[in-house]
Amino acid sequence: MLPVLGLFQRAAWARMPELLLSDAALSALRLSLETAAISTGLCILLGGPLAVVLARSAMPGLRTVRSIVLLPLVLPPVVGGLALLFLLGRTGLVGRQLDLWFGLTIPFTTAAVVLAQTFVAMPFLVVSLEGALRTAGRRYESVAATLGASPALAFRRITIPLVLPGLMSGAVLAFARCMGEFGATIAFAGSLQGTTRTLPLLVYQEREVDVDGAVALSLLLVVVAVIVIIVGRPRQLEGLS
Amino acid sequence: MSLDLAVRLDRGSFSLEVAVAAEPGEVLAVLGPNGAGKSTLLGVLSGLLRPDAGHVRVGGRTVTDVEAGVFVPPHRRGVGLLAQQALLFPHMTAAANVAFGPRAHGVPRREAEDRARALLADVLPDVPGLADRRPAQLSGGQQQRVALARAIAPDPELLLLDEPLAALDIDAAPAMRALLRRMIREGKQTAVLVTHSALDALVLADRVVVLGRGRVVEQGPTREVLGRPRSAFTARIAGLDLIPGTWRAGMLHAGDRMVAGMAESVDEGGSAVAVFPPSAVAVHVEEPTGSPRNVLPVRLASIEPRGDVVRLRAAPRPGGPDWLDGLAADVTPAAVADLAVEPGADLWFAVKATEVQVHPA
Repeated sequence: MLPVLGLFQRAAWARMPELLLSDAALSALRLSLETAAISTGLCILLGGPLAVVLARSAMPGLRTVRSIVLLPLVLPPVVGGLALLFLLGRTGLVGRQLDLWFGLTIPFTTAAVVLAQTFVAMPFLVVSLEGALRTAGRRYESVAATLGASPALAFRRITIPLVLPGLMSGAVLAFARCMGEFGATIAFAGSLQGTTRTLPLLVYQEREVDVDGAVALSLLLVVVAVIVIIVGRPRQLEGLS
Repeated sequence: MSLDLAVRLDRGSFSLEVAVAAEPGEVLAVLGPNGAGKSTLLGVLSGLLRPDAGHVRVGGRTVTDVEAGVFVPPHRRGVGLLAQQALLFPHMTAAANVAFGPRAHGVPRREAEDRARALLADVLPDVPGLADRRPAQLSGGQQQRVALARAIAPDPELLLLDEPLAALDIDAAPAMRALLRRMIREGKQTAVLVTHSALDALVLADRVVVLGRGRVVEQGPTREVLGRPRSAFTARIAGLDLIPGTWRAGMLHAGDRMVAGMAESVDEGGSAVAVFPPSAVAVHVEEPTGSPRNVLPVRLASIEPRGDVVRLRAAPRPGGPDWLDGLAADVTPAAVADLAVEPGADLWFAVKATEVQVHPA
């Protein structure tokens, strides 16, 4: 709490509306919200099935897969961004093929922002959902089977509702992580206003030229974080009751 | 034949090799100590485990046949399960839980809900508004009743009861036992009941299979197997004294003798058993006069030390009734010394009526 209090104390409240309503700030906020939402969706789409496999499969090598999935959690984001750049950059392993075959360049586009955010945020969703799946266990699914439910039906009607709170809290965490993403984004997507300059990037840049602006934007991020917690928390607490 | 099973299953040092069968509407109790293979047997029946050899037929349909390569998955077997824990789906109301099985079988929504509500009214008639409650708002006993309704809602060919009373507290167990008897045994639901309790077997089952180390040790009609245990093993499982008879005018009539006890939903003129623990039996050398209502003349058959107590086993005196055979009394070593008796001596076993439970059988 103390660092946040520091922000409040340093804030230039009189200039606040002007600082927050500038074109640069508004476009950064919109970009941040949009990319974080898309990235969270991607995390659910890609991380959901992955969590199911991790929680339920008995195939060998699962521990290795889990370690790889968790890697972005411990890797410095800027290193992750560089790794993405060298994989998907125009001269990179995959990037060259994309450029040759489809004329696609990913780095320094909004797509790059989304990829960077997804890369760093997905472990949050996978860990949270895998935990929920393990806690729910297979007992309810077994009961559903004895009642005549096929595995697909049991998964849809029993497993998914049971892990929904876990999925929600994982998604909230992932969204928050996306909103705050800095290192991987700046390394892989750069800082172009309207395209790749998200709120944290703008804060960093403003800090050099206008400290009041940086503090105002920081407070905006605090507000977003608080909203995320308020929106995400009740569903999480609602739990199974 | 509603159930016909003959399987072998090897898991490391443990092997299960059993053959059991049940007629339509019959309740088969499986008794045995931990590790005897009871749960494994249920796993084979429900389709959660694949045996290494043999077959399982349920309701005339082959659901497992290792030689022919037949293995029907759990959800297409028509084998229901009621376990120790109710395991009601926590995100659904009681009614939705019960309707789940019929819905999974393609019964239209309205019809499934009507069936669910009718079943709930049957298992828990005195709880209004139950159907719309979530499991978390129900007591353990109520949850288990809802779980029973859910298990029988899809009309399973065979119902597996895996210690359905073990997790209930002492207050809730008798009522649930009576409900099971009404819904399962009197409802002619073919069932396999796994239990530790001789009492559950007596009240609920037509026949008993005793398992030990993965093999069938003994099987037959419940009262025969438990009433006159042929093996020490079965007697140990039964762990109770049992007198079979008929309930008339507030007494259990066993031949020309009458036994007084505490009766629980026993029909007049119906067959019943009086059950009491050996520790409730007092032993006398002379015929006692006093408060104990039940005084039985016996001949001492054996004296077995059992930990802190000594178990005296009875046999009938010449010309006495068969059911006295094997009755046990647990007394302290000091009491045995005071009695100063040898096998073959004539004794009196006395039991207070308050210690005797009379159940329909």
